[in-house]
Amino acid sequence: MARATVQGRLGERLRWRTAEVVGRGSEYAEATTLMLKVPDWPGHLAGQHVDVRLTAEDGYSTQRSYSVASTPEPGYLEITVQSLPDGEVSPYLAHDMAVGDLLELRGPVGGWFVWRPEQEEPVLLVAGGSGLVPLMSMIRARGSSGGRTPFRLLYSLRSPAHGLYTKELREGLPGLDVTYLYTREAPEGAKREPGRIVPSDLVDHGWPAEFAPTCYVCGPTAFAEKASAYLVLLGHSPERVRVERFGGTGE
Amino acid sequence: MIISRGFHGRRPTADRKLPPGQYETTGFPVLSAGPTPRLSAADTELSVTAETGRRHTWRWADLMALPSERPTVDLHCVTKWSKFETRWEGISLDVLLADVETDADHTLVSSHGGYTTNIPLADLLDGKAWVVHTYEGEPLAPEHGGPLRLLVPHLYLWKSAKWLRSIELRDEDEPGFWESAGYHDYGDPWREQRYRGD
Repeated sequence: MARATVQGRLGERLRWRTAEVVGRGSEYAEATTLMLKVPDWPGHLAGQHVDVRLTAEDGYSTQRSYSVASTPEPGYLEITVQSLPDGEVSPYLAHDMAVGDLLELRGPVGGWFVWRPEQEEPVLLVAGGSGLVPLMSMIRARGSSGGRTPFRLLYSLRSPAHGLYTKELREGLPGLDVTYLYTREAPEGAKREPGRIVPSDLVDHGWPAEFAPTCYVCGPTAFAEKASAYLVLLGHSPERVRVERFGGTGE
Repeated sequence: MIISRGFHGRRPTADRKLPPGQYETTGFPVLSAGPTPRLSAADTELSVTAETGRRHTWRWADLMALPSERPTVDLHCVTKWSKFETRWEGISLDVLLADVETDADHTLVSSHGGYTTNIPLADLLDGKAWVVHTYEGEPLAPEHGGPLRLLVPHLYLWKSAKWLRSIELRDEDEPGFWESAGYHDYGDPWREQRYRGD
């Protein structure tokens, strides 16, 4: 594992900033994208996350981390929130927050699970469910920086009705290959039977290990453990497999 | 203070005390930066190297022959979750370091897979840290750091390195993997030392 790169200016505290909801985008029933205007936001590196803090009227507050979904830019960012049953924070963010509402956030955080436009090697993105969010930021960062390095995305999702950024991914980008791996229900005519990711998915739609791509795997723990183990078995150097796991927390 | 309109939240249960910004989980989430290495207990070797260069090593059988303890501790992860009353079995660092002569103040802990983290030596001593091999009565699972991980529960969990390989005692502090990436050098959850400058 290489050393992570130092992020931000040394010694400068990551301070809390006030973000205003300026738009809401519905992805599917349980998932919403919040568009946030954040004065003085410095921008981020694709793949990084932010800490979100919500405070109730009696002063009780709680924090969660969310990956940034949008392309890096100053003053603005988007997060995509999947509402979890019984979640303390995600149902509020996904369903209750309205345009004009405020929350606090700080960041950007994380210097390892990032993609930089100056990277020249091919990229393999392996997403499980809402694990697509930080990978989408990488796809968008590649697009807005005019990047030409080839990207392949394997996106595992329950059914065609559970897709994030559906229209944008369907429109596509030159040099971006997208493969959908449906786990429960595939569209009519699909060649692949619905099911969880298997090594042959990575063989058929990923990059050969000899191309030495950087692989980014993001998803629920069980998915991320499996997908990253398969990549290592297929010959990818563990150094080149970056993993972000989530879930198991009930939030 | 910015109030989020209509947010009520959920207060922690009963008498539990959570560090600032944390919430309770009953699951056991997994946080690691790369693929999980598959290591066998039989091939395990743990080393401690003093600032003099003197190296001490323990094979698995050596570790199992040492007196063990069964700490029950609370875990606090920098990603905000806390888990109460987790039960472990392992060897106190006081036992492991008893015969190691050192005047060093710092340690750099290394894992299989290349992960590192820095911890003051004082935070590994006096009953505050263990190398553990058993979680809730079962051999520690690979995704949680098995066969052997460090457990330093009074600091954020990234300090409790998984897949423990070596502990280097040093005169100078050297930041580890996350500490070099903007996370706090010390990581006290009760002072909410998540990121550099906190």
